[in-house]
Amino acid sequence: MSGNWIEVCGKDEIDEEDVIRFDHGGRTFAVYRSPDDEFFATDGLCTHEQIHLADGLVMDEIIECPKHNGRFNYKTGEAKGAPVCVNLKTYPVKIEGGAVFISL
Amino acid sequence: MAHFVILGAGECGARAAFALREKGFDGEITLVGAEPLHPYERPPLSKAGSADASDPKFIAAVEKYTDSGIRLLTGLEARDLDIASRTITLSDGTTLSYDKLLLATGAAARSFPGAPEGSAHIRSLRTHHDAAALRNAMKPGKHIAIIGGGFIGLELAATARLLGAEVTVIEGLERVLKRGVPEEIADLLTERHRAEGVDIRCGVSIERLTEEGGKALIRLSGGEVIESDLALVGIGARPNVEIAEKAGLTVENGIAVDVNLKTSAPDVFAAGDCCSFPLSIYGGRRVRLESWRNAQEQGTLAAANMLGLDEAVSAVPWFWSDQYDMTLQIAGLAEGAVTHQRRDLSAGAFILFHLDAEGRLIAASGIGPGNAVARDIRLAEMLIAARAHPDPAALAANDVKLKSLLAA
Repeated sequence: MSGNWIEVCGKDEIDEEDVIRFDHGGRTFAVYRSPDDEFFATDGLCTHEQIHLADGLVMDEIIECPKHNGRFNYKTGEAKGAPVCVNLKTYPVKIEGGAVFISL
Repeated sequence: MAHFVILGAGECGARAAFALREKGFDGEITLVGAEPLHPYERPPLSKAGSADASDPKFIAAVEKYTDSGIRLLTGLEARDLDIASRTITLSDGTTLSYDKLLLATGAAARSFPGAPEGSAHIRSLRTHHDAAALRNAMKPGKHIAIIGGGFIGLELAATARLLGAEVTVIEGLERVLKRGVPEEIADLLTERHRAEGVDIRCGVSIERLTEEGGKALIRLSGGEVIESDLALVGIGARPNVEIAEKAGLTVENGIAVDVNLKTSAPDVFAAGDCCSFPLSIYGGRRVRLESWRNAQEQGTLAAANMLGLDEAVSAVPWFWSDQYDMTLQIAGLAEGAVTHQRRDLSAGAFILFHLDAEGRLIAASGIGPGNAVARDIRLAEMLIAARAHPDPAALAANDVKLKSLLAA
């Protein structure tokens, strides 16, 4: 299942109900902190037109693409209707020593 | 079995067809499009991001229509609509009977009065076919003249510069983007275009547009003649209402519909660019919107209402434009604003919040590199929908999160 754990940032560098962009190994990811202080990670680009999701808006469990309002559940990666129909991949996240790690 | 027919296979019509299935409709669906291609996205046609694209960006693979039980008829136009017998006659003579009908006929580019029709050197942009012809003319050493400084004109100016062509933009009004875009933002875009080498001329009237010797000739009222390899006419669009008009439906700046997208004829709905509708958040004012998001949302809403759900239009108008690395986004309608507050973001991006006399937020316009303004414009859209009266000082202070105003 999971490979190496990669450090993303300090836990407090992501606001509650917010998202940041994380680039690693030529790939881009979006890392989220939920309103109830849980952390999640998905692929960073919208599956509709490859737009950075980290520029979008997090509301509850949803990340909304900044360009065409494509919506995904960031906990499951599920696309929530037009214009997106392809789900996002999700990645395991852990918090250790006050830092956020994702497993690729 | 009930048969629902959708005339118009653009964003709105295609979305409505899929939405009918998503909402559980198990009758027959026929989607009729005038173009030979199956439905594709139109926003990329004018934008630089697709400068190299030779294929359209299809809304869905053709198999998805078959798999969803949607009969897709392409290359056919509707000639007649008979309300009494609930039938439509198509351009090949076929007659379709419908139980419910959606008119999603879109809008067509306005042509320049008196200009020759069918010219290879005088064109407009509405279809993938048009876009491909334009791309072909946008080459180093070529000169493109763009008539009209609206979104289509300016997006194409940016694309043409990216592809190396020389560009002149001719606007009759005193500035570009006069309709719906604040002066501060229009000025910034004008400066950017000029810095990229576009010759923008405002307040200029055109006497005549002709074709001669493989060139387009634009004679200005002062006597100057601008010669170009291609003249692109981008002076707005008119709703495709002919079939509705002929059938006796009420037309008022587009096919007139109520809040449920119902036309004046029983079981006939209209949605997207072709219709005008009352917008309750702006006091029921009747508007017609030409935007991708509106086409999408009204397609979905029309599907719900064809199924009897009676959902009302409530969306805040929203649209965007990409030019070079800049994105402009606007939510709401700024007419009626008496003040505005400016919020400066990073990298030169900024947002103008437009407030009416009662301090209600009625629109927000933002511009910046990439998606710098997207999140705040989206939040502004929610504030507008909530009819909020936010603290003007908080709107201007970029250390105050807009999300906190939404919660207030």
